[in-house]
Amino acid sequence: MMVNRHKEVGLTDEQVLDMYYYMLLARKIDERQWLLNRAGKVPFVVSCQGQEAAQVGAAFAFEKGNDYSCPYYRDLGFVLVMGQTPRDCMLSVFAKAEEPNSGGRQMPGHFGSRKLNMLSGSSPVTTQVPHAVGIALAGRMQGKNHVVYTSFGEGSSNQGDFHEGANFAGVHKLPVIFFCENNQYAISVPLKKQLGGKVADRAIGYGFKGITVDGNDPIETYRVVKEAVDRARAGEGPTLIEAIMYRLVPHSSDDDDRTYRSREEVEEAKRRDPVPAFAAYLREVGVMDEAKEAEINQRVQQEVDDATEYAENAPYPDPASLYQHVYGESKEV
Amino acid sequence: MAVISYIDAITMAMREEMRRDPNVFVLGEDVGVRGGVFRTTAGLIEEFGEQRVVDTPLAESAIVGVGIGAAAYGMRPIAEIQFADFIMPAVNQIVSEAAKMRYRSNNDWNCPITIRAPFGGGVHGGLYHSQSVEAMFTNVPGLKVVVPATPYDAKGLLKAAVRDDDPVLFFEHKRCYRLIKGEVPETDYTVPIGKAEVKREGTDITVISYGLTLHFALQAAEKLAQEGISAHILDLRTLYPLDKEAIVEAAAKTGKVLIVHEDNKEGGVGGEVAAIIAEHCLFDLDAPIRRLCGPDVPAMPYSPTLEKQFILNPDQVLQAMRELAHF
Repeated sequence: MMVNRHKEVGLTDEQVLDMYYYMLLARKIDERQWLLNRAGKVPFVVSCQGQEAAQVGAAFAFEKGNDYSCPYYRDLGFVLVMGQTPRDCMLSVFAKAEEPNSGGRQMPGHFGSRKLNMLSGSSPVTTQVPHAVGIALAGRMQGKNHVVYTSFGEGSSNQGDFHEGANFAGVHKLPVIFFCENNQYAISVPLKKQLGGKVADRAIGYGFKGITVDGNDPIETYRVVKEAVDRARAGEGPTLIEAIMYRLVPHSSDDDDRTYRSREEVEEAKRRDPVPAFAAYLREVGVMDEAKEAEINQRVQQEVDDATEYAENAPYPDPASLYQHVYGESKEV
Repeated sequence: MAVISYIDAITMAMREEMRRDPNVFVLGEDVGVRGGVFRTTAGLIEEFGEQRVVDTPLAESAIVGVGIGAAAYGMRPIAEIQFADFIMPAVNQIVSEAAKMRYRSNNDWNCPITIRAPFGGGVHGGLYHSQSVEAMFTNVPGLKVVVPATPYDAKGLLKAAVRDDDPVLFFEHKRCYRLIKGEVPETDYTVPIGKAEVKREGTDITVISYGLTLHFALQAAEKLAQEGISAHILDLRTLYPLDKEAIVEAAAKTGKVLIVHEDNKEGGVGGEVAAIIAEHCLFDLDAPIRRLCGPDVPAMPYSPTLEKQFILNPDQVLQAMRELAHF
């Protein structure tokens, strides 16, 4: 029998089952979105497949309703834990009016919700990093104790905004978790052409801790992020966490990864797919029996079906709304 | 009413806003202990402390980007870019982030940040301490671009910018800082963003300008009055969105329009002003629209002969106004 690792890090059986539910939910939403794209029903999909363990593990370390987030475009697993619903996700991929991130104005994956303390994001990569630092700075000014999560890819960690933001947070010892989801590829460019060293090591230059973690392991990711969050809340400053994982599918629905990586490499990575691996762990430690697994599978299936149907039938934005919200109306905010 | 300089009016506006609202804070390079390289933030750190007057690392994208995060959270940051020439590393944050925050989130988030930057030449600043960069930002819906010419407007517009629920770029002409003085009430008042103002009433020619060159036009108007030429002078004050109504009204009033700005001509704000006039009141015109602007070279050089050749002077403005009057 496998060693129970989740109790050691303070996670209950119920919590790890929840983690699995969110990982599976993210995967199944993602897979459905690809199907819808290939069926010609939605124009674009950008994927989280292979990154769910790290995303969900990290999300469980934050206080919903108190902490803030500036997630990047692959963070489907993270935003589901923080409170986005399958319907929200499907509305986004169909670009429908009710879509909460942007009312159908942005492509899928551009998360944002004031009610979830999740700042709206854009497409130029890593611009969200200084925003996270600003939210942390504002919290300190107002005597709040929130911690801010921001995520980005390893390619994006080369952007100036990453360095400028991380350094600012280091100078002011701000409660920010810089979460790098190193999935080995920036679209087609592999790690060895992106980085002369390691992402995590860059933290040394900013005067705070940099940690590498196995992003295929949600429990270990949770442990590392939770410790960083606790340090941040205690006033001990930011942490850079580099979670190592593999992007199992092309960059987006418009990409063809056969042009730059071998099928053997992808198949090899699929053998380490974190979703079935976590299910195997939960079965082996006796937390998830067959009936429980079937129940979770069925719940996820139902939610994805419901969300797809709901979003497909939902209305598009009114064309006349194009002109709205360029500026605030007086006293609007 | 006290007569104070343009720079003191800006400092007064920041101090008053920081006293009024604890969410207002200042961040930028050298804004704290040094009080700014131009001394615009002098005295603020002593009154409000280093938590609200933040000396930042030398990194413009972070100055604006951190400000954007704080603004979205609910603060009212005033981010200072030390020279407008150095705003370029922050353009992605200004254009992709601040300007689009409200629109892209379908009004869920907004970004009430004020970004102050000294611009303009004539101070021996060379290529990279003299530029006028406003035209880069005047086709970015979601942004507001403000350029005060007088101490009264500087105070009122800066206070309005801080209270605005959307991002405002606030360009201060650095030659105006100590050269231009005027009456400024110590009371709390704002000047509306998006409204131009007639600074002098006249009947023969219309001059439309902003920033330092507005003063050249006002001085010229005094001299021309003695020659019997009456100049009507409109100060744009806000360059985006433009006050189209005021532009059309001012142009139609005399039928002869001269647009003056220090920024280079092609692609400058003057082109848009001319287009508005051409679209809305072409048949009220008695002469072709004229533009007197900086030359289309990359920037203002350091050597005094080259600097002088680049920058507009009061005589050129006077000459252009007289020529138009006699057309």
